[in-house]
Amino acid sequence: MSALADLSLRWKIPLRVMAAVLGTALAVTAALVTREYDEMRQNLEAHAKSLARVLANTLVSPVLHDDIWRAYEIIQSARDPAAIAPELQADVVMVTDAEFRVFVSDRPRDFPIGASPASRGGAYGHLRAALMAGKPTEQLVIEPADSTHYFVMSPLVADGVALGHVILGYSKVSFVPRFIGLVGRAAFVTLLVLLLIMPVSWYAARQTGAPLLALAGAMRHVPGDLEVARLAELPKSRDEIGQLGDAFRRMVGELRKKEELEDQMLVTERLAAVGRMTAGVAHEINNPLGGMLTAIKTYQRHGGGDPLANQTLSLLERGLSQIRHTVAALLVDTKPQDRPFEPADIDDLLILVESEAHARSVTVVTEARLERSLHLPATLLRQILLNLLLNAIAAADEGGKVRLGLTAAAGTLQLSVCNDGRHIPDEQMAYLFEPFSSGREKGYGLGLWVVYQIVQQLGGGLSVDSEPGCTTFRAEIPYVENEVSVEANAGFGVERNGRDQS
Amino acid sequence: MNADDHESALSRRRVFLQSALALAAMPLLPAAAETGVLRIGLTPVFLDDQMSFLTRWRGWLEHRLKRSVAFVQRGSYREVMDLIRGGKLDFAWVCGYPYVRYRHELQLVAVPVWRGRPYYQSYLIVPADDRKSAGLADLRGKVFAYSDPDSNSGFLYPQYRLTSQGENPTTYFSRSFFTWAHRKVVEAVGVGLADGGAVDGYVWETLAEFHPALTRATRVIERSPDFAHPPFVARPGIDATELQRFRAALFDMPADAEGARLLRLLSLDGFVAGQPALFDGIARMAARVRRT
Repeated sequence: MSALADLSLRWKIPLRVMAAVLGTALAVTAALVTREYDEMRQNLEAHAKSLARVLANTLVSPVLHDDIWRAYEIIQSARDPAAIAPELQADVVMVTDAEFRVFVSDRPRDFPIGASPASRGGAYGHLRAALMAGKPTEQLVIEPADSTHYFVMSPLVADGVALGHVILGYSKVSFVPRFIGLVGRAAFVTLLVLLLIMPVSWYAARQTGAPLLALAGAMRHVPGDLEVARLAELPKSRDEIGQLGDAFRRMVGELRKKEELEDQMLVTERLAAVGRMTAGVAHEINNPLGGMLTAIKTYQRHGGGDPLANQTLSLLERGLSQIRHTVAALLVDTKPQDRPFEPADIDDLLILVESEAHARSVTVVTEARLERSLHLPATLLRQILLNLLLNAIAAADEGGKVRLGLTAAAGTLQLSVCNDGRHIPDEQMAYLFEPFSSGREKGYGLGLWVVYQIVQQLGGGLSVDSEPGCTTFRAEIPYVENEVSVEANAGFGVERNGRDQS
Repeated sequence: MNADDHESALSRRRVFLQSALALAAMPLLPAAAETGVLRIGLTPVFLDDQMSFLTRWRGWLEHRLKRSVAFVQRGSYREVMDLIRGGKLDFAWVCGYPYVRYRHELQLVAVPVWRGRPYYQSYLIVPADDRKSAGLADLRGKVFAYSDPDSNSGFLYPQYRLTSQGENPTTYFSRSFFTWAHRKVVEAVGVGLADGGAVDGYVWETLAEFHPALTRATRVIERSPDFAHPPFVARPGIDATELQRFRAALFDMPADAEGARLLRLLSLDGFVAGQPALFDGIARMAARVRRT
């Protein structure tokens, strides 16, 4: 039972349909056979009754005239030795007189003249009782339960008086071969019909099961391989299976969104952790660094003229300065007081990157321009755009294109920088914004880190889409529309993240 | 079966199975003697149900006599006897018993020769599976089949036997019936419808030769003394030359090739003139039975 329950729908549906088809075929065949059987019985009985009637009519005069031989010839003539339907052949034909003694029979050895058929015992004993019970001038059909024969008894009526009876005894067994033949034919026809219907039903059943199987196949990829599940060929009908398919697609979509969100959160959290740690380390470094640089400066101003010491200190100072720059780069330096970002800043930036672009024969295209100044710190925005543009120019192919887009609407500045260079491989994507993660030889790989930090501090979001021929960095930064001073802008509360922790 | 029943039984006789034979004789049924056609009555004293044989025999007779011949068959001896006595047949092949009854009216034409002699016997037969019965005495209270009430071998002889033993033939058997032909007596006994029967010995032997399956189902338990073979007779007042020509034709049969072939089919050797005295034995038996 459980084995059947565990069977795949691929087989279960067709097997059930087959079972239904078989069951129907068997039921119909059984019904037909039963009907045919009844009809056969009725035909047989009608035939026997009419034969008995004809014999009775013909036999009246021989019986009346005691002409045994003629009666014998008549009942013999009712026999067809080469009968097509052997069950129509009476097993015994007998004429009895008014005292229920054999007048003549076609089996004289079994039923000799003058003997009582009842002396044979068995069913023949019942015949007399049946005769007594019924009206003597009526035709009777008697089917004794314990007999292999059934009987048709027709009275020989002359002038309303029964002279005797014609008794036709039919074997119930002789009926069997014909019945078996009938069943055989019915079975053959059923088989033929099944041969025609089965493949069609099988195919139809397989078609019915196919969408479910496709759905089940797609579900096996959840949650392991959502992309495969999403691309799976699913039924598009409007029936329940189609609805299931739709629901499944929606579910996979939601799962993917959730997964992406989780990935993003992971990156964000990691970046935040890196940011906190960087800020902490930078702060710890900056404190003694400041002291050391001040000490060197003081020595240089007031110290002796020991050339070796000066040389050494100068070396130290340069080294320490480099450390300071590096740390400063790590700590995004948000200036509390800044002017708003002007459309002219973009022109400045384009001029700034021009030489770089020219060196790589890359064209920088500005697709959308700002119409007015924005209440966003100009220095920071310039930093973002500069870094992104330089990165894009570096990433673009020789003679390629870099597109810059800026739109400001509904309190959000949307900026996008796009290049047509090689795309960023997936494995690099997750660490793109982390410091020192650059794939390039040039630079420390702090550019995007800085961009990220600034965007974060401005309360915005940063995203990247990379596919072959088009890598786009997008930033969304909120700003305040009205004429509030830049200092009061929430977007400048960057110290919270950057400085305050240091 | 008593004598009163014969009449009614006779009248019903022709209705059924022998209708085929009656059909063959149909064109001649208006039984007025036509000039030009020689009418010969046949009875089941021989196997008269062989239509192809009769056709050949008729053809042969027509060729010999140079005139048309018609065979007339009826369901019983009595009908044929009535026809010839009424002059509606020219000749007839009848049994010795009716012949002796009317021999003062009819003329004896020829007597068949069977196995070299103009005699035959009556056989008493029982079913082959009856191993016990050895004679008529064993058939008391049984069912008995006669051939025809006007048959010597199939009725008169057993009647005579019982009568001479002081038995009443009408009560000796529990039931008796007529089959109206010797061949059918053999059949009735063979299937067991009758426990015994009286049959023309010549017919039984001929059947044994041509249809052995029929006779094998029976067993002969008694053979009668010799009786004169059923003769050909002529109607009263027949023209003497006509009688002579017909008699000559019968006598010449063995000499003629086709005639000999026909005789072989009849199992006969030929025909002889015979004397009416040949039938005295039958006449004596008839007289004896009639007295009782």
